[in-house]
Amino acid sequence: MDRLRRTMMFVPGANPAMLRDAILYGADSIMFDLEDAVSMKEKDSARMLVYSALKTFDYHSVETVVRINELNSGGKQDIEAMILGGINVIRLPKTETAEDIKAVDATITEVETRYQLPIGTTKMMAAIESAEGVLNAREIATASNRMIGIALGAEDYVTSQKTRRYPDGQELFFARNYILHAARAAGIAAIDTVYSDVDNEAGLKREAALIKQLGFDGKSVINPRQIPIINAIYAPTESEIQNAKEVLAAIQEAEAKGSGVIAINGKMVDKPIVERAYRVLAMAKAANMEVE
Amino acid sequence: MMELKQIATAGTMESSDLMITLSPNETGLVIDLQSNVEKQFGQHIRALITEMLTKFDLTNVTVSAVDKGALDCTIKARTVVAIYRGLGKTDYDWKEINAWIA
Repeated sequence: MDRLRRTMMFVPGANPAMLRDAILYGADSIMFDLEDAVSMKEKDSARMLVYSALKTFDYHSVETVVRINELNSGGKQDIEAMILGGINVIRLPKTETAEDIKAVDATITEVETRYQLPIGTTKMMAAIESAEGVLNAREIATASNRMIGIALGAEDYVTSQKTRRYPDGQELFFARNYILHAARAAGIAAIDTVYSDVDNEAGLKREAALIKQLGFDGKSVINPRQIPIINAIYAPTESEIQNAKEVLAAIQEAEAKGSGVIAINGKMVDKPIVERAYRVLAMAKAANMEVE
Repeated sequence: MMELKQIATAGTMESSDLMITLSPNETGLVIDLQSNVEKQFGQHIRALITEMLTKFDLTNVTVSAVDKGALDCTIKARTVVAIYRGLGKTDYDWKEINAWIA
């Protein structure tokens, strides 16, 4: 099964205390920000701090992601420093076309070649934040073998759509679904946008439940307090776990007998149901729930 | 031997950070450090700053540093950035830096 990405936490690159503590909050992915969270005159120091943090701290199995600047405004230096630091994923902001991805891919390949690293080690993801980007999501998702996911960046997107964010999220309906389809067709992850109203727990719960229902892998978070809330929404219920265990037990029994199609309680169990059962159990394990 | 071109500062006064200012002089390295962990780590912090300056072959420098409980990686990062700023260089030699910072 793919890696879990229920939560991807933004960490401002220019803040040493946050870089030190980022690992403590239980995010599946940590996303160091060298772009919008860093003022123009501190781009150099944020790049150096994140590089040093990557070389120093042990992130265990947590995925490390960095949001870089545009290639022609510091992005090339960002890529070199982050690859040497050992980053897992380079995230490109404001992606509009497949060419944007290919240009970053070429820069990563150039750095990997120069430092004799295996080509393809560094992965990529793209944030889609405009109408143009949404409509090109399919091409963006498949523009490089390095791509592991695409994410919606809603603040810029709603502005480009001449609207704003509303509590029910209707304004994001098309973008969310299109990005999700593009990601699934490409076999990569789909990450939902941030929920900016950090004090509104009920609103975050509603939005997390919606994006889980749609099929998103998870959500970007801007405050550690949001992580347990989203993880709780993504955690399967006891009955979902029980059902998944029954499905897998029945499958094992059928395989032992050599029979193909099986049924549980009169319902046919086929491949997609088995796949969902595996996913439920993986989610349950990630939430430290009893699955044995 | 390299020379600083200008006074340069990096870092903040926030907790876990180091604020460091480098000024060119003609008399050799002077480090003025303020730290609330001076007793235990003062010598160590001075050594880290000196180590980074030595990498750039910089000796005629007055260092003024305020430590707010920064980790080694932050002390090194802040010092290197202050050095590049003081040299007026924006193109970092990442290969070299990567060899220093294990």
